Amino acid sequence: MNYEISKTPIDTQAVIDKVIQRNAGAITTFIGTVRELTAGKKTQYLIYEAYESMAVKKLQQIGDEIQQRWEGAEVAITHRVGRLDITDVAVVIAVSTPHRADAYEANRYAIERIKEIVPIWKKEHWEDGQEWVGNQLETVAYPTGKPEGEDLGE
Amino acid sequence: MNKVLFFAHLRDEAGAESVMMDAAGKTVAELKTLIAKKYGVTRLDTAMVAINEEFAPDADRIGDGDIIAFIPPVSGG
Repeated sequence: MNYEISKTPIDTQAVIDKVIQRNAGAITTFIGTVRELTAGKKTQYLIYEAYESMAVKKLQQIGDEIQQRWEGAEVAITHRVGRLDITDVAVVIAVSTPHRADAYEANRYAIERIKEIVPIWKKEHWEDGQEWVGNQLETVAYPTGKPEGEDLGE
Repeated sequence: MNKVLFFAHLRDEAGAESVMMDAAGKTVAELKTLIAKKYGVTRLDTAMVAINEEFAPDADRIGDGDIIAFIPPVSGG
C-alpha cells in the first residue's frame, strides 16, 4: 500500500522505506506541515477531510504519472486526515529514482498534483471563526472550476 | 437509485453527508441544477463531480446505481 490516507500521525520513515530500491541513487522526502500564519491570520488548528476511496485512487494516479515521466521512479504518499495542530505533519511524499535531479522534480510534481486532483479538504479554525479552504492562493487549481484534459484521465 | 455524496462546505450547506435519489438518465449538469435547487447549496459552479470515484464532465450521463460525489475545490497537501 504505497498510497494511504491516515487517521493517525504519519510515520515518515515508514513512507520512505516503501521506496527503497537497489537502483535508486536518491530518495527525496517532502513533509507538508501545518503553518501558523497565512496572510497574517493566525491558525489555531486544521481539520482535514477526504473522500477516502477516491483520494487513494488519485494518489495512485499521481504515482502512475510519475512512473511514466521519470523512469525507474518509486513513489509512496501518505496524507493525514482529522484534527491537526500547528507543526503537525499533514502529508509525506517519498520518491526514489536512479538520479537525484529526477527525485527532486518528481517529488515537486507530486505535491502540486495533490493540490489539483486529490479530494482532500482542510477547514481552517482561527480565533474568530472557521472556514473550508477552497482554491489556495499558492495554487492554480481549476481556473475554470473543473479539471480539464489529463486531470480527467484514469 | 443513486447515492449522492457531499463534502466540505457543500456538506455543511446540504446538512447531510449523502442523500439517495434517482438521478439515472440525467447529465451531470442537470443534476447540479437539481441539487442546487433541492438542497440549497451554493457555489456548485466551482464544484467538480465524480461518478464512481472518477471526475466526470458536465455532459456525462448518470447510470442507475452510480455513486455521485460533489467535490469542491480541493485543499490538501
